[in-house]
Amino acid sequence: MSSVVSGVLQEYGNDAGRLMDILLDIQAENGYISDEDITGIATGLDMSTADVEQTVSFYHFFARKPMAKYNVYLNNSAIAVLMGREKIAEAFERESGCKFGEVSEDGLISLEDCADIGMADQEPAALINGLVFPNLTGFLVKELVRDMRKGVSVDELRAHGLGDGMNNSQHLKATVNNNIRKKGAVIFSEYQAGSALDKVKSDRMSPEQLIELVKQSGLRGRGGAGFPTAMKWDFCRKAQGEKKYIFCNADEGEPGTFKDRVILTERPRLIFDGMALAGYAVGAHKGILYVRYEYMYMKHYLESVLTEMRNEGALGKKVNGIDGFDFEIRIQYGAGAYVCGEESALIESAEGKRGEPRDRPPFPVEKGYRGMPTVINNVETLCSVAKLVTNGVEWFKSLGTGQSTGTKLLSISGDVKYPGVYEVEWGFSINDILEMSGGDPATVQAVQVGGPSGSCVGPNEFERTISYEDLSTGGSMMVIGEQHDLLQDVVLNFTEFFIDESCGSCSTCRALAVMYKKTLEKVLSGGGRRKDIDAMLSWSPIGKASRCGLGQTAMNPICTSIKNFRYLYEGHIKNANEQYEGGFDIAKAVADSCEVVGRRPNL
Amino acid sequence: MSKAVVATTSMAGCFGCHMSFLDIDERILDLIELVEFNKSPIDDIKHFTKQCDIGLLEGGCANSENVEVLKEFRKHCKILVSVGECALMGGLPAMRNGIPIKECIDEAYLNAPTTKNCNPDRILPNDDELPMLLDRVYPCHEIVKIDYFLPGCPPRADLIWNALYALVTGDELKLPYEVFKYD
Amino acid sequence: MSEFVSFKIDGKQCMGRAGEYITEAAERNNIYIPTLCDYKGTAPKASCRVCTVKVNGRVMTSCTTPLQEGMEIENETAEIQDIRSGIIELLFAEGNHLCPSCEKSGSCELQALGYRFRMMVPRFPYLFPVREIDASHPKLIKDHNRCILCKRCVRVMKDEKGRSFFAFYKRGAKLEITIAPELADKITDEVAQQAMDVCPTGALLKKRKGWDVPVGKRLFDMKPIGSEFEQVK
Repeated sequence: MSSVVSGVLQEYGNDAGRLMDILLDIQAENGYISDEDITGIATGLDMSTADVEQTVSFYHFFARKPMAKYNVYLNNSAIAVLMGREKIAEAFERESGCKFGEVSEDGLISLEDCADIGMADQEPAALINGLVFPNLTGFLVKELVRDMRKGVSVDELRAHGLGDGMNNSQHLKATVNNNIRKKGAVIFSEYQAGSALDKVKSDRMSPEQLIELVKQSGLRGRGGAGFPTAMKWDFCRKAQGEKKYIFCNADEGEPGTFKDRVILTERPRLIFDGMALAGYAVGAHKGILYVRYEYMYMKHYLESVLTEMRNEGALGKKVNGIDGFDFEIRIQYGAGAYVCGEESALIESAEGKRGEPRDRPPFPVEKGYRGMPTVINNVETLCSVAKLVTNGVEWFKSLGTGQSTGTKLLSISGDVKYPGVYEVEWGFSINDILEMSGGDPATVQAVQVGGPSGSCVGPNEFERTISYEDLSTGGSMMVIGEQHDLLQDVVLNFTEFFIDESCGSCSTCRALAVMYKKTLEKVLSGGGRRKDIDAMLSWSPIGKASRCGLGQTAMNPICTSIKNFRYLYEGHIKNANEQYEGGFDIAKAVADSCEVVGRRPNL
Repeated sequence: MSKAVVATTSMAGCFGCHMSFLDIDERILDLIELVEFNKSPIDDIKHFTKQCDIGLLEGGCANSENVEVLKEFRKHCKILVSVGECALMGGLPAMRNGIPIKECIDEAYLNAPTTKNCNPDRILPNDDELPMLLDRVYPCHEIVKIDYFLPGCPPRADLIWNALYALVTGDELKLPYEVFKYD
Repeated sequence: MSEFVSFKIDGKQCMGRAGEYITEAAERNNIYIPTLCDYKGTAPKASCRVCTVKVNGRVMTSCTTPLQEGMEIENETAEIQDIRSGIIELLFAEGNHLCPSCEKSGSCELQALGYRFRMMVPRFPYLFPVREIDASHPKLIKDHNRCILCKRCVRVMKDEKGRSFFAFYKRGAKLEITIAPELADKITDEVAQQAMDVCPTGALLKKRKGWDVPVGKRLFDMKPIGSEFEQVK
């Protein structure tokens, strides 16, 4: 066993439950995870190598072979494509001399695709050795590769300057921009660090009273499903368990969503205070912030905030001087898997396993992390809690609509003048959003509400309102202009995204998404039939039998676009005799064999 | 009442389905009362001489000739039935699907035990008259619309008989468990 | 002993023990709910989704859902049956399931469900994936063409230390089963036989054992899967 492996194993007390951290640390040290490392880990944790490998191979960013000095992961999400990703990919290939999926001959540069990296407001963007390089242009790529050849370090490569706000701070130094376009009352208004817990202390608020307060506020989970937060806390508080856990879900992987990135950057104390409040309410002493790998550039920054909190007494024993309330927070990083945003998959991942969702019941509030009662809240939800405790229930309820109280952060991207984060009160329409963000209603073809798993909505529905009552959303709004091929560039891209990100556990998700893709491609190639379009709609209940939201919504890009843009599909049907012919292209089918034997096709 | 007209063919198949069809034994006498055959190996009529009611298809499509025959059947038959695993999903010939076509051809004409030392000029058949191999073996319903499917390798004689009888008489199809097999 | 509760399946009044899985409770009431990835004596995983039912109007998997008083379960409704046959068709179209050439034919649970649901041909396009047959192990053949990724072998087959013989590798459409190389020697004839028995299809086969039960005398040749639970209707 190498000294790196044994050192890391020791650091985590040979706990198989910390396998993710073990792997991340080894990769950070060695650049990749070797066969020898796998054997060492397996021995140290008393597992088979296949057990270790099944976690490693699940995540996109674990490398099993030596990497290049500069590893470029270029986002290939739909928004990236709309923003000119293909030209950037060509530029990287031209400048580096290698193709995507390869390492350049001198071992200097590797090029890989990756799913959305949470930068939809500044695409095309790439991760290079874990750092973000947004707003790429052909010229910039040329410069980057030139500097790589000169041996400039990744830290120094950030030539085009640091971003705004805390991105420019000592611990972050990120090239990312916040792009906060509208500050609302809850998340982006001023917050005095620790004030929510001060309030709990000064009001001598009991955990039950805190839960009641949250209940009064009408706060619902901001991840998209809209489950009442107080109810979740109450279940967990009442559940039996020697330990309880609070998770903050910062694994925002839904393409087109990036609001958590901005909260993590600008309001980390609000999040951590929210976690502490949740811990106080349910009787948990441990909080875990699960952050997606793509935000690794924030690691030191977030750790520094936690250290500061410990120094202030805002974490540790007797938090904020509240008797009997001990609370600690640790940060758990993922390694590139969209499905880990699903709460039970997130727990599995935090336990060092493959991010395969669990069946419910039991729900995490009864049996979650390490079998103990666990609350999992969205970043925005926890921030809202901290604010509503500080400012009061009446204030909070005065914002939004009847059933949707408070504010919502929107991540707006695509064909608008001002992509970025908007904090608005619930109850606005899509037209409002377009107006706010500088989208031209005359040239907007569609708006993808709630990411790929949401709905593809056309202009005739732009009056619909965003609320739990009507169009619910986790906050992603992708605006697609008429100049783009909606089915090819967006719908097919989303479907491929779901195929890549399926954990593969449910047959209904793993295989069905592929069937959808194959059939969509058939339609796009001109070989489709009307029957194929109807068939795709009819398959939807099969996918709905999947365990988690990924499988249950993987058909949404296709099914919602068929419902709202059927004419686009029918426009591809070229075969006059489609009722009796299946769109088989004989010229294409015989081309290869004719070439092999050396004859001309005789059709 | 005029008899229903039936056509049958074997494309990329082994004729096993036709053999199974003949396993209906003495019911063949009932069959002759019930139907008249047109293009079929059973009566050796090579080309369609009229429009048919039912076409029974054995085998999938492995080459251009199979496709041509299949399209002829679609044109001449009101109802097409895929009979047997090869028609349904390519069957054993479809084991080549996924193997590059060059490897298949080289294996057949250059490297197989029976051709290895017998083809010194390394000739690959390429006469214009020969059917052209498709990139993979296709189930019939990927090429034309198929109305009914009878699984089995071969489908049991009883299954073929029951299906044909139901189609001709309009009775309900009987599908007892024992006759419904994929092997 | 846990308390008895009453519940309904397709309107039929049933009794069961609170907390037992719906599949078990159904069997005890002589009602068959089809399963595929479920394996007696091992914690359920619900990866195949074939046992999908509606419980009080919600789509759930019966192999993982504990029984509660008053549950109204929909089992053989047209909607549920169509989802199930859809799943079976999906599995057939996803892999390369060539029943005529498979040693497991007649004893294969996937095939048996195809029979039970009278699947003529999948509604989905066949994918014809290029997959490997790994016969490198002295005792065991691993044919990925037939693997439906039910995870039975992963969940059931452990050595004395609890280490897995088999594990998942990669994810999604690229998912496959691997054998831990350092445990390969521990796969004796008995372990290989167990692996073959655990596998619902012909993806894991013990070597030198082919066709020892003649066709016609195999598990599902004469009677449909699940018929042992069903009363004469």
